[in-house]
Amino acid sequence: MAHQKKNLALVGMLAGFTMLFSACGPAATDVPPTQAPTKAVVATAAQGAEPTEDPAAALPNCGTDPIVMKVVFETGWDMPTKLTEEFTKQFPNVTWDITMEQFANLITTTPLLLASDNPPDLIRLPTMTSFAQDGLLLDMDTYATTFGWDKWPVPQLNQNRLDADWVRGSGTLYAMGLNYSMTGIFYNKKLAAQIGMTEPPKTVAELEDLFAKAKAAGLQPIMEWGSAKSGMGLAFPLQNLMAAYGAVEPINDWIFQKAGATIDTPTNLTAAQHLQDWIEKGYFPPDINAIEYTDAADRFGKGEGVFTFNGDWQNGGYDAAMPGNVGFFLMPPAVEGGGYAAMSAPLTYGIAAKAKHADCAAFFFDWAGRNDAARQINVDGMGSNPGGPADAKMPTVKAGSVTVDTLAAGPKLSGAMDFIANATSAIFAQGWTPELQKMVGGKQDAAGLLKAVQEEYLRELSQ
Amino acid sequence: MTMPMRIQPIVESAVTSDNRHPAAEISRRIFRPWKIRREDVVGWLFVLPALTMYVVFVIVPFLSTIQYSFFKWNGVSPATWVGLKNYASIFQAPNLIGTVINAFLLVLWFSVIPVGLGLVVASVIHRVATGRLGEIARTVLFLPQVIPLVAAGIIWGWLLALPGLINQILKAFGLGMLTRAWLGDFDTALPAVGMVGIWVLLGFCIVLLLTGMSKVDPSLYESARIDGAGWFKEFMAITVPLLRYEIGVCLTVTVVAALAAFDIIWVTTAGGPGSSTSVPGVQIYILGFTQRAIGPASALAVMLMALVVLVIIPIQFLTKEIKQ
Repeated sequence: MAHQKKNLALVGMLAGFTMLFSACGPAATDVPPTQAPTKAVVATAAQGAEPTEDPAAALPNCGTDPIVMKVVFETGWDMPTKLTEEFTKQFPNVTWDITMEQFANLITTTPLLLASDNPPDLIRLPTMTSFAQDGLLLDMDTYATTFGWDKWPVPQLNQNRLDADWVRGSGTLYAMGLNYSMTGIFYNKKLAAQIGMTEPPKTVAELEDLFAKAKAAGLQPIMEWGSAKSGMGLAFPLQNLMAAYGAVEPINDWIFQKAGATIDTPTNLTAAQHLQDWIEKGYFPPDINAIEYTDAADRFGKGEGVFTFNGDWQNGGYDAAMPGNVGFFLMPPAVEGGGYAAMSAPLTYGIAAKAKHADCAAFFFDWAGRNDAARQINVDGMGSNPGGPADAKMPTVKAGSVTVDTLAAGPKLSGAMDFIANATSAIFAQGWTPELQKMVGGKQDAAGLLKAVQEEYLRELSQ
Repeated sequence: MTMPMRIQPIVESAVTSDNRHPAAEISRRIFRPWKIRREDVVGWLFVLPALTMYVVFVIVPFLSTIQYSFFKWNGVSPATWVGLKNYASIFQAPNLIGTVINAFLLVLWFSVIPVGLGLVVASVIHRVATGRLGEIARTVLFLPQVIPLVAAGIIWGWLLALPGLINQILKAFGLGMLTRAWLGDFDTALPAVGMVGIWVLLGFCIVLLLTGMSKVDPSLYESARIDGAGWFKEFMAITVPLLRYEIGVCLTVTVVAALAAFDIIWVTTAGGPGSSTSVPGVQIYILGFTQRAIGPASALAVMLMALVVLVIIPIQFLTKEIKQ
């Protein structure tokens, strides 16, 4: 049984972990990715499941003739599939031919699928820029205007726009997010109370004080993963520290490959020095270089670790392991009163340039953002913010679940970033992971880490 | 190429199984070797399916890899000719030498130990465990070859983890100070991967060597025993020399497995921690499938192939000589 569970968990790990690392991230912006939908976090009544959209003749839609939508989803997550089931209930002429692929396989097969003679109408995109450059993705600007997506909270769409130089953040729309993840620090409420934490820390110093107290109490201060198979989880606290000590714009510039951008900056050095300090003080597990993503989630769920840096895609897992005992707060700023920043990425889907049912796929995106039943399925399935128009109703969330905390964190954000692991397709495997593992092994310091990653970044861009 | 020619069978009382006169058959074999015989055609027809597969899945990709290594290409967009630039870029990669050194270190774990240990174990099984016991031992030792490597990688990951079984056993024996995350420690990751390699490859070597041993004339062992030779003497004087061909095959397969290693590394450490277990095979995968830099990936693959051929040729040469 345990064996089977671990196998399943591994599948989930690959999918879950890579969600944040999907290459399409938010724009360099100071506005939270989704503002309005967070206003009513805990609703009391269940939302109606009635279709709120009328496939009016004027708008692109799925018609009335029977059609089969060819779609490719990511293994380990059944939320998109549940959305398609609900969609068929509301629009019975549409059925779905669903292929599930591991995220790692999506990276290699997506260009081939998009370029084939029978391309998918809808596909989970592991990265976006290079596929758009190759002319494989449909330009969705017309849909954005027709459906009124351009009136949705701005950053939602900008995250998936590319300008004429293929820099993300503005320009033509090539993908849509089915939801928007939130990252930060999860904590075990019982253990946090044990070390005297009554409210989330307001500064990095207060957070570090809590780590020290946990260590002194004989607890594991932070649970995190770090194996090369999963990808190094220390990139999470590192980037959180970068945004605490510096601005988010230069970090996004580097991720979006703007000319002359560098990660090797004085404020990032301060951030990396703090991380090195945390490692040397033993705040992370000694075997972190061998811990897989699923094992870290598993161990945190069993009470090993007061804190863990992760994203809201893990909400369901944490709530199942420790019902009512998991809390979440955003990485605090360096100075009290400073803004809160976080990595936040859309769960990105695109339409093939040669898709047979592009109108229906676009209609599905619109429906997923607006329809109450769809939004409920979205939040129930993954716990991330479903986005959509500013006045959309927020789905019901079970009181006491960590999703309440992660959704409430949205409006507090003053800076949103994509993930530093997404700067180039191999920077995570060839840069961050090996160099951070070396830091854990005492073979790399803060300055050397940033220098090595910057060199790898430039080398990959030149290839 | 010779012209096909129909052979007219000479009907006589004594004919070969395919209705030909033996004398005519012999004389034709001796004096007209350039004629295509029906056996040849039938033979080629039998080979054709396998040959087609070999050409489509080995020869064509092999030639394509060489071709791609001269282009800048991401697998979809039009390719641009860049000459030898991809080869130059490979040499600029900071950890290339390290990955090649790791590959050679793996030869010890994937080749020397499995072949050496395989000889000893096979010899013991051959001498002691004949019959049912021998069969069971062979099956158990060969099992790792049958288990899918991905599953094996996950299981080894658990066993070698800090809370894993191996550390629990060490603690039970009072060796708690030795416990560590074997696959996550810079000093032990490569040997730990090596142990997985031994586990995978040992059974293959044992089965191959046992097959070789069963061909050795038992009277040789008998006379050695009459002359008072012990197990070791017998092993060194009879088993090893007579098994040189099988040893050659084992060495070839396992050395290739070490130098071109990918799967065992990928399912256990993916090259980490740092790049302490990274090998050229892992780099090729990351370049080609993560970075979508097909050109540099192909260039590295061509260079790796050249390296493997350079190392394997001497082993092949020795094997051939011994065969004669």
